[in-house]
Amino acid sequence: MSSQLIKNNFRYDRLPHIWCPGCGHGIAMKALAQAIENLGWDKKEVCVISGIGCSSRAPGYLDFNTLHTTHGRALAFATGVKLANPDLKVIVVTGDGDCSAIGGNHLIHTARRNIDITTIVFNNNIYGMTGGQYSPTTPTTEFGTTAPFGNIDKPFDICKLVEAAGATYVARGTVYHANPLTKLIEKALLNKGFSLVDAISICPTYYGRKNRKGTPVHMMEYLKDAAVDVKAAAKLPAEKLEGKFIIGEFKNAQEPEYTEEYQKIIERFKKER
Amino acid sequence: MKNREIRLMQGNEACVEGALAAGMKFYAGYPITPSTEIAEFCAQRLPLIGGKFIQMEDEIAGMAATIGGSLAGLKSMTATSGPGFSLKQENLGYAALAEVPCVVVDVQRAGPSTGLPTAPSQGDIMQARWGTHGDHPVIALSPTSVRETYDLTIKCFNLAEKYRTPVLLMLDEIVGHMREKIEIPHPEELEIYDRLKPEVGDENFKAYRVEEGQIVPAMAAFGEGFHFHVTGLMHDEFGFPSNDSEVADKLLRRIMNKVSDHIDDIVIYEEEFMEDAEFVVLAYGGTYRSARSAVKQAREQGLKVGLFKAITIWPSPAKQIKELALKVKGILVPELNLGQYAEEVERIVAGKTPVISLGKVNGEAITPNEILDKIREVL
Amino acid sequence: MNKQHEIRLSGSGGQGLILGGIILAEAALIDGNNAIQSQSYGPEARGGASKAEVIISTEEIDYPKVEKPDLLLALTEIAYKKYIKNLKDDGVLLVDENVNIDNIKESIKVIKVPIIHTATEKIGKSMVANIVALGAIQELTKVVTKEALETAVLKRVPKGTEELNKKALAAGYDLVI
Repeated sequence: MSSQLIKNNFRYDRLPHIWCPGCGHGIAMKALAQAIENLGWDKKEVCVISGIGCSSRAPGYLDFNTLHTTHGRALAFATGVKLANPDLKVIVVTGDGDCSAIGGNHLIHTARRNIDITTIVFNNNIYGMTGGQYSPTTPTTEFGTTAPFGNIDKPFDICKLVEAAGATYVARGTVYHANPLTKLIEKALLNKGFSLVDAISICPTYYGRKNRKGTPVHMMEYLKDAAVDVKAAAKLPAEKLEGKFIIGEFKNAQEPEYTEEYQKIIERFKKER
Repeated sequence: MKNREIRLMQGNEACVEGALAAGMKFYAGYPITPSTEIAEFCAQRLPLIGGKFIQMEDEIAGMAATIGGSLAGLKSMTATSGPGFSLKQENLGYAALAEVPCVVVDVQRAGPSTGLPTAPSQGDIMQARWGTHGDHPVIALSPTSVRETYDLTIKCFNLAEKYRTPVLLMLDEIVGHMREKIEIPHPEELEIYDRLKPEVGDENFKAYRVEEGQIVPAMAAFGEGFHFHVTGLMHDEFGFPSNDSEVADKLLRRIMNKVSDHIDDIVIYEEEFMEDAEFVVLAYGGTYRSARSAVKQAREQGLKVGLFKAITIWPSPAKQIKELALKVKGILVPELNLGQYAEEVERIVAGKTPVISLGKVNGEAITPNEILDKIREVL
Repeated sequence: MNKQHEIRLSGSGGQGLILGGIILAEAALIDGNNAIQSQSYGPEARGGASKAEVIISTEEIDYPKVEKPDLLLALTEIAYKKYIKNLKDDGVLLVDENVNIDNIKESIKVIKVPIIHTATEKIGKSMVANIVALGAIQELTKVVTKEALETAVLKRVPKGTEELNKKALAAGYDLVI
């Protein structure tokens, strides 16, 4: 990581972070910092908000306005911050359990409002901080400490979920594909509306061990091999996509944004009074 | 001074008018009877003054967004009733630990669970005190009239800003829904307190350090150039998480003490018919009105009964109640629950005088006659 | 006027009883008196038995709920049956002509008049039945002055319906003279 990037965007004295050796979250956090750096945003205007879980410790290391909230509620806090001060560039860092289980209601409704918040999901398919319980993105038949006989739940596709709910920018990347991930986050940050990037991460400590996925290097290699770009996937027959997952940009659209619509009401009715 | 405007106003509306007079600019909530009018009036009024209203997807989100609005620099409020108050508790604790000023209104209705959605109750008194997990400071006020609802909502905002803590306005269906005469004070008559802010560009700013002579740390808003961290974890003076037991102990004691060290500033109460009183009725909220009617009738009958109105219910007016206990032969506490505040009064008087609880939970108000009968029974 | 006068307006939801209660209370304020208006909503927004209560007093009002009203207005039989038992022994019962009354205490003064019919036929709008009733209540009790009541009515009714409502009020006075 370039020292300039660290100097500009991190609370250097808060490092090292708490994540385990081999964890993918550091790469995702760096991709976010790099995207902000690339856009040249004024730090004063950047507000990074998180909930609870491994992912949610990221804001503590980032040198912006940062808010570490309660489990699942980051998007609801973020909605308050953004509506109260629409000039802020509000970013939510969350995990798969945080945003799609306990925070699932806030996820779909924040997407529905198309409020200008960018959400980065550090998606490692497991509850890491509490010790390896299955999450809403743990694949069926995989193992967790609370799925000792194999998971019988069906996993969420978070991208499809928020796209259906009304998000206007939706993309998926992985911590193996670090540079493309940075680009996707950059585009998400630029979208005026609700944006979500599903950043597939790895948890060697719990998910990896429980499911015999090998070393962190093996898990990274899996991301490399199993990820298929959305454009390439469109040309492939279904059987070639067996056991793969799709990355890339799924939606990028312009639709009325919540705080702008609210501002229109203020302008209109202030005038009429 | 020109005449004050006189209006017939509902309690819930007076709450919104008071909040606006106090400088509220942000409201986030979820509809629930009997508090919904508060959201409706806010939705109507806030955009006209450039403020923000949002109906969130649930009660938890309403509390969360209210905290977010305050952190972005706006005076913020939410309102709810019993079931929603339960759902808001976790984030109320967050606001207490992260020291985020906000006002939470609970228009109490009969519970537990869905209970009697349109019936009056005072069943959330202990939840107001101990609803969220862990030790935490609580300030809760309970109005007895429409005018008092207006005044106390302003007071709630002032206390929230001054002590950087969530403040609860414990309304009940009786006061929230009734309409009565209110003389609206002129803005210049009001005392409005705004939060302590750091100096622009202060390089030494620490988000959670209390400077000499201050009660709370100065509070910057997001976007003002201070890159500080806010967390619900135990944190140091910078706001960063800490596992250090000394840091945790110091922080929790500091946020408890900022309220307990300023009881006289926070506790409001009123006494009437007390000079020769041998017995006292202690009441709060809508039930106070029945108590006052009963005490007046008792006086007409020559009974030496006094009346104590607890306006600040948390922290409780312990000093005053203790003094009372030494003077009277008993304290009657009528309330729309089965003795929640009577228990607090009992704790305070510690056996110095008998405390009689008159509780009612059938969804109806306590009538003056029920209180009068009880007075006659015990005197 | 007595020190304190308690009035219960009852009928079915949607008959404008709460608005009627608010208008009556506002009229009392215009007269310089105190007033409290309260209500109980049923869970259903329309239909069912609904009531609005008003206490008017020359002095402070402590207990805000009506226990034994001095006057009960009942626009429907369901409301009459539900609320008649609480009317004061020497109270006034103002009922619509459609309401059947049985075995009522002799001490109660019964005024049975065509409130709804007056609104629908004479004024031409069933919606103003509440205003017709207010006129009748004023004439019967004098708890508010005619001037204050008219001012209060005109302040609350939709623009363009002022004349209609004035006519309704006058028709109400005439019903009980």
